[in-house]
Amino acid sequence: MANDLFNSFMTGPDENGRFGMFGGRFVSETLMPLILELEAEYNHAKTDPTFWAEMDDLWKHYVGRPSPLYHAARLTEHLGGAKVYMKRDELNHTGAHKINNVLGQIILARRMGKTRIIAETGAGQHGVATATVCAKFGLECIVYMGAHDVERQAPNVFRMRLLGAKVVPVTSGRGTLKDAMNDALRDWVTNVRDTFYCIGTVAGPHPYPAMVRDFQSIIGKEVRWQLAEQEGEGRLPDTVIAAIGGGSNAMGLFYPFLDDPSVGIIGVEAGGKGVDDRMEHCASLTGGRPGVLHGNRTYLLQDDDGQILEGFSISAGLDYPGIGPEHAWLHDTGRAQYVSITDAEALEAFQLSCKLEGIIPALEPSHALAHVMKIAPTLPKDHIIVMNMCGRGDKDIFTVAKHLGFDMKV
Amino acid sequence: MSRIDAKFAELRAAGRKAFVAYVMAGDPDYATSLEIVRGLPGAGVDIIELGMPFTDPMADGPTIQLAGQRALAGGQTLAKTLDMARALRETDQTTPIVMMGYYNPIYSRGVDRFLAEAQEAGIDGLIVVDLPPEEDAELCLPAQAAGLNFIRLATPTTDDRRLPRVMQNTSGFVYYVSITGITGAAAAQSAEVAPEVARIKAATDLPVIVGFGITTPEAARDIASVADGAVVGSAIVKMIGEGRSTAEVLGFVASLAEGAHAA
Ligand SMILES: Cc1ncc(COP(=O)(O)O)c(C=O)c1O
Repeated sequence: MANDLFNSFMTGPDENGRFGMFGGRFVSETLMPLILELEAEYNHAKTDPTFWAEMDDLWKHYVGRPSPLYHAARLTEHLGGAKVYMKRDELNHTGAHKINNVLGQIILARRMGKTRIIAETGAGQHGVATATVCAKFGLECIVYMGAHDVERQAPNVFRMRLLGAKVVPVTSGRGTLKDAMNDALRDWVTNVRDTFYCIGTVAGPHPYPAMVRDFQSIIGKEVRWQLAEQEGEGRLPDTVIAAIGGGSNAMGLFYPFLDDPSVGIIGVEAGGKGVDDRMEHCASLTGGRPGVLHGNRTYLLQDDDGQILEGFSISAGLDYPGIGPEHAWLHDTGRAQYVSITDAEALEAFQLSCKLEGIIPALEPSHALAHVMKIAPTLPKDHIIVMNMCGRGDKDIFTVAKHLGFDMKV
Repeated sequence: MSRIDAKFAELRAAGRKAFVAYVMAGDPDYATSLEIVRGLPGAGVDIIELGMPFTDPMADGPTIQLAGQRALAGGQTLAKTLDMARALRETDQTTPIVMMGYYNPIYSRGVDRFLAEAQEAGIDGLIVVDLPPEEDAELCLPAQAAGLNFIRLATPTTDDRRLPRVMQNTSGFVYYVSITGITGAAAAQSAEVAPEVARIKAATDLPVIVGFGITTPEAARDIASVADGAVVGSAIVKMIGEGRSTAEVLGFVASLAEGAHAA
């Protein structure tokens, strides 16, 4: 890539919320004034030191940031090549990176005087994070969750209810994450005055993709100074790797490195049963084409008539037919590389992390780890890989047990 | 003069309010749907809104969501919806047809190709829910250039500061969504709608048609009396979903049209 392209990757989106041709504000007129108001509030908060002071305080004392940057020595040795670090966002309160973003949006909602918070969730991690922060601030919380996911993520449904949230099982459409997002948007259109829609990934209409990225960027910012601390001043990772559902943990890790030409960037999509014509995967970039859904233009899984297809993945958190618009742009410009990992490969990585590192990962970062397993052996020992361990696996042990043929009923 | 402009000129001359009916193209199947659509002008419908089914209709309530699913399950595509318009034009050359739906199927087909096909099929206007003025360059401006009306939704959240921007590239008529909510939700009363219609009329010379939540001839009359006309969608679509005969559906549509025309 031409070097003069660097120093320009961190300037997006433009004033219309576009990253190149991607992004935008494809919403109904009823919502348009609301997202303009949100954009104005966010632009104000972004440059307000008191906003970030509140964030920093909660990140430190409530979430437990900074999360460690951990040298996975036995995994590194086992793979026999590149030196592998894990960014331990699975140690956050609530067990995933999702809370980084939720805190930002809820503080913003409070500044805007909104009292009713709605969210969509797939695996339930974003729902749990939202319910958690709402409990802390005494806000009403309604979480839309596909009926199918309500079933396969029962522990998270119970957690949300314990935290005082109302979980609405979504049966519209096919009852999946994208339908949960549709129902959340329908709720928002209906309750415009008091409601704040807390989106869980770097998708949706502008300003959500940029705002969620900014909140998640704490991940990459910490990696920068933590790696320098451990490897010497100025040392940057050679490769950063993260799993992608909508793409928020990945944008959070990638963004602070976009303008560093020496840093290779790899996003890992869910390949399900394999990226081919059967369409039993969630690899929007590798297996989709540009379209418009949920307020933005991005790569989507769709048929010839522009009807949206369901994704498929063992991981409920990656099961989304789209991807954040900034990823679509990084893909098309070539700044980042996107690959896919199958369910079987992710399951193997899941087990390896348990056995070699004593870390039970969520199935989502298991996809990122599976790609690390592919490339690390081919790279020299002084090559540093940082992968985002963005969630812990407690929520997934039932799914994994089933796939490994282990009977959990005692 | 476009068919839409001609229709409103005719209504104005007769001192009548417009009755606009929405049906989902291809619901429950192509043949039944075409039969219903062909019967609409005879039932008193002044403008036909032909819904384009989409998997993710985020501004629609359950009634129209299910209609879209039935149509898609029955094999409806954008090409077949255009075919349906062509077929209607064989028997009716004057009733305006407005295609209503979401952007992705159009974008997927290609904007230029779609506009050429729509023009040739006898389509008069487009209502695309997820294209606010901020995205006018996508379809609104090309559609106007191709001679199609681009009909915009105005809503209770469209404040006075924003209204001129919403009206700027609108043509044909303005569709005022009387409530904040999705299709099929509870209706607004004429007492609440009247000042809103006046507010919009202060910003445009176009006719203002009001919809969302109108389910009875009385409500159609009530709302039409404070605007230039009324739109009914979910109530008609619901009957189609119940599997009622075409005659029953058209009978109901005729009663709604009478209500609106009595205003
Ligand atoms: C642990 C974990 N990782 C990743 C994701 C996918 O989301 P994103 O790509 O926005 O990080 C989820 C979503 O539920 C998750 O729970």
